Amino acid sequence: MPEAPAAAPWYRRLMLGLLLAPALLWLFALIVLPHVDLALLSFRERVAPRQYVASLAQYRTFFGEPLYWRVFVRTAVLSALATALTLLVAFPIAWTIAKLARGRMSALLFVVCLIPFWVSETVRTLGWMILLRESGVLPALLVHLGLTTQPVELLYHDATILVGLVYTSLLFMVVPLVGNLESLDNALIEAAYDLGGKGWSILREIVIPHAAPGITAGCIVVFMLTLGNYLTPTLLGGKNSLWFTEQIYTQFITRFNWEQGAAFGFLLLALSTAMVWLGLKVSGQRFSDVMRRA
Amino acid sequence: MAAIPDLEVRTLAKRFATHLAVDDLSFSVARGSFFSILGPSGCGKTTLLRMIAGFIQPDRGDIAIGGRSMAGVAPNRRPVNMVFQQLALFPMMSVAQNVAFGLARRGIGRAERTRRAEAMLERVGLGGAGGKRTDELSGGQRQRVAIARSMILEPTLLLLDEPLGALDLKLREHMKIELKQLQAAFATTFVYITHDQSEALVLSDHIGVMNHGRFEQLGTPQELYYSPASAFVAGFVGANNRLAGKALAVNGSLVQLATSGGWVVHAHRQGPITAGMAVEAFVRPEATLLGRTSADLPPGQTAHAGEVISLLFDGANSAVLLRELQSHIEFRIALPQTGAYADLQVGARIYFSFDPQRAICFAAADAHA
Repeated sequence: MPEAPAAAPWYRRLMLGLLLAPALLWLFALIVLPHVDLALLSFRERVAPRQYVASLAQYRTFFGEPLYWRVFVRTAVLSALATALTLLVAFPIAWTIAKLARGRMSALLFVVCLIPFWVSETVRTLGWMILLRESGVLPALLVHLGLTTQPVELLYHDATILVGLVYTSLLFMVVPLVGNLESLDNALIEAAYDLGGKGWSILREIVIPHAAPGITAGCIVVFMLTLGNYLTPTLLGGKNSLWFTEQIYTQFITRFNWEQGAAFGFLLLALSTAMVWLGLKVSGQRFSDVMRRA
Repeated sequence: MAAIPDLEVRTLAKRFATHLAVDDLSFSVARGSFFSILGPSGCGKTTLLRMIAGFIQPDRGDIAIGGRSMAGVAPNRRPVNMVFQQLALFPMMSVAQNVAFGLARRGIGRAERTRRAEAMLERVGLGGAGGKRTDELSGGQRQRVAIARSMILEPTLLLLDEPLGALDLKLREHMKIELKQLQAAFATTFVYITHDQSEALVLSDHIGVMNHGRFEQLGTPQELYYSPASAFVAGFVGANNRLAGKALAVNGSLVQLATSGGWVVHAHRQGPITAGMAVEAFVRPEATLLGRTSADLPPGQTAHAGEVISLLFDGANSAVLLRELQSHIEFRIALPQTGAYADLQVGARIYFSFDPQRAICFAAADAHA
């Protein structure tokens, strides 16, 4: 149809519009509209009952109150750490699925990575609590093995939160990595080996540069999911978790301070945007390439 | 006594599940020569090459390179480099980085690496291209980068795994010449695998024709072409007319055979043949003479008659395909370069003959089995 692109007939444009309509509606009604409203909320201050003025007070409170920005920084650092750990754990798994396992074995390994997601996150995390709490399975086992004299509380540590976050994020790192590593020609690895390369130098010179878009895509997704996670840090970290999403929840639900909560929400959005931008800059990747690989 | 061969393979064998890929193979390759392993796909040539490179462990036998046994030596420690089928240039690196990769792995400093990579690129005619990305190069240039990348490590042996397979015909012809010149310039031993008999004939000093994991014949291109040792080699190397039939009489080195349609020809005996055996004779298209009448043919040779069924014009390689009148067997004859038969028409009656000494007769393959 050589004439088609020149002037798309009106019905074709209508069809395209109709096909995109649900997605656009969803995007507009559920993402854009609430965020516009939240943005407006965050820039006002209640001076008297039912009386509001435009102000930067909510943001000032954030920077003025050490608890808030410390939790903010802590969330960012722990999220970055969880992302790095997820990458370290996911890479060998993805390598095994993409390069070592064949046919059915490869599919089976993929399913094994997927299985945890058949259970809801809440149930899964509660399962972790059963294992890790002081009266739980793992502390009892440690006592039984004589490694500890009495049951230790394994919940409510930063390490516990990290373990939970890595576990939850694993699949989102494995999928883009597998896609990327599968496209790596085995002949390149053999050639590098043939030319005198060893495991580590081949990983650094050939595999990682090839997998960079997949690594970046996986890291972006995992970082965003981790930063915005509420359930895992709250359940596994308890009162010590000090996760920023918890602060947002507190402002909205407990304190009923929607203005402050909205401001926190935007700060979190700014943080994740900044971190993604930074990640792309550091790895020298382009966002469009990365998203295509994800 | 001759120098130690660069490659010596002794009673090498490799089996994959039920399939015997390489079957008790022994041969050696002299220093500085161009050795080709020629065979159809699935004959085991890739397995053989990968065993030499060290990517596959042999079940049995030994490989010695430069007189040193390679048993238990990893690929990255062998004095062997390989040019891969799809070349396997590193797309994440520049041309110069590709060439310098092996030097970097040997811990040679950056300045020295850059200097040597540039010198090597100069040597393969790619001076100044070091900064380019590999996908900015043409197929022929990529090939030269792949060779430069290996040759910079000064291997005892360069293995080439059908590197011309991915190129189009014209470039392949060009690269054949270039490969031969590069090999002569480097004076390194090349071991080249291919399924293309023309590549093997043009390039090689010696060729091993491989089939079912064994060498059917090992010899110079001329030996393979003019005196094939087996029916497989006769059929695989160069164009040939195959006439299957039964030996009527054996007179010294001459066999008289009759094809299924009762066409009687004479051919030179190769191997033991007795009257009554199933045999196969091979006659080269260019070993046959044409005549418009039987009187045009040399008096000592038997004249055969045929009907033209097709004219295959291909410049200097033009041929005529005809059907022998009695047996209706198709027979291909090269047209002489003089243009004497330019007016030949499909359906025309024509006579042909060949010297029985240049037609080779083998016992049929299934007669052995």
